Amino acid sequence: MTDPKQLLVSAIESGTVIDHIPAVTLFKVIKILGLDKIKNQITFGTNLESKTDGRKAIIKIAGKFFQDDDINRIALVAPQAKLNLIKDYKVVEKRVVEVPDEVSAIAKCMNPKCITNFEKVTTRFKVVSKKPVALKCHYCEKITDQERLEII
Amino acid sequence: MKTRSLVSIDDLSTAEILKILKLAAAFEKNPVQDILRGKVVATLFFEPSTRTRLSFESAVNKLGGKIIGFTDSSTSSVTKGETLNDTIRTVNNYVDLIVMRHPIEGSARYASEISTVPVVNAGDGANQHPTQTLLDLYSILKTQGKLENLNICMVGDLKYGRTVHSLMMAMSRWNTSFNFVAPEELRMPDEYKLYLDNLGLKYRETTDLNSVIDKADIVYMTRVQKERFSDPMEYEKVKNAYVLHDYMLTETKPGMRILHPLPRVNEINPDVDSNEKAYYFEQALNGVFTRQAIICTLLGIK
Repeated sequence: MTDPKQLLVSAIESGTVIDHIPAVTLFKVIKILGLDKIKNQITFGTNLESKTDGRKAIIKIAGKFFQDDDINRIALVAPQAKLNLIKDYKVVEKRVVEVPDEVSAIAKCMNPKCITNFEKVTTRFKVVSKKPVALKCHYCEKITDQERLEII
Repeated sequence: MKTRSLVSIDDLSTAEILKILKLAAAFEKNPVQDILRGKVVATLFFEPSTRTRLSFESAVNKLGGKIIGFTDSSTSSVTKGETLNDTIRTVNNYVDLIVMRHPIEGSARYASEISTVPVVNAGDGANQHPTQTLLDLYSILKTQGKLENLNICMVGDLKYGRTVHSLMMAMSRWNTSFNFVAPEELRMPDEYKLYLDNLGLKYRETTDLNSVIDKADIVYMTRVQKERFSDPMEYEKVKNAYVLHDYMLTETKPGMRILHPLPRVNEINPDVDSNEKAYYFEQALNGVFTRQAIICTLLGIK
């Protein structure tokens, strides 16, 4: 046995580590950030034990640093996520995600009579409450709350 | 600049609302003009609505414009499976302005984002119906001489009533005192009460119309529909509590006026019609002037 605290996912030289993602939303995070479409080296682990979050997931993206606007898009599915910016194998900065004021193309409107559920319309919401999350649809003006929040 | 549409009453600033109401008053004095000559307006009614459509068509005709459109989606290409996107992209080539009613909520906002010409929302499902709100505001201003500090009594279905929600939110700009009179099952939803709380406006909720009617400047009646009740017995119990009769008006303010978005079923007894406080048919006429003002404003003619 080596150090019992050893990382289950190997370290990166430079890039971003997104930690404390709920295991169930890992693939949604990957999709929202478009990680399935980029050429960077990516390693991820899921169903890892976490003292605080039950089963968590972690993603390491080599050579990639995100803009705040981009990373905040995952706030709806991984509100506790923490970012470590790595340079030369060292954490140079830590960041948390923040729920943005507007969300586009991520959530589904819960109103079955909304136009976004009938035609190919990109969903748009104004965030009317951040904790718990409540979204007001730009089109039908109905509120989608945390319990009924579905990610497209 | 992007074309201006009217989708929701909140799209308009208070100054813009007052400007439209002023213009409506000018059209009331002079409703027949030739200022829309050469203009074509589409009325796309994906679900039927007699009053709203006729009111728009009258408004355009009196100003010398022409109308094209359909009154029911079964006679349009929608039945062939055409998307709203395609309908709007096609129709906006033929006309200067689109008036649209559609059962899907948010459809008017979507159409306004696609269309190259202004879109007027004439009702999108249970969501918005801003031209009704503007004609209600015009009727209130005309009968009361002001919009500030009025007492408005809203009666009937306050839960599902789209017109009462929009009117309440619009009137909240002018320090209105509200009385909400509704059966338990059809009370004003919390989100709207919260809206008033946040603005610090006073309101009262009651199930007894007689307790608040004498203080009202405006009594806004709506239909209590049987289908809204989960228990039909509940409907039978309350249905007569929300019917206005002439004898109930004796102690009301002399300047009080009764409004109703129409159609009326039985919530206003016909014996009220001859009372000078009954205003609902004039209210419908005001809809023509208000819509003339809205169309001309969006087209940049006035």
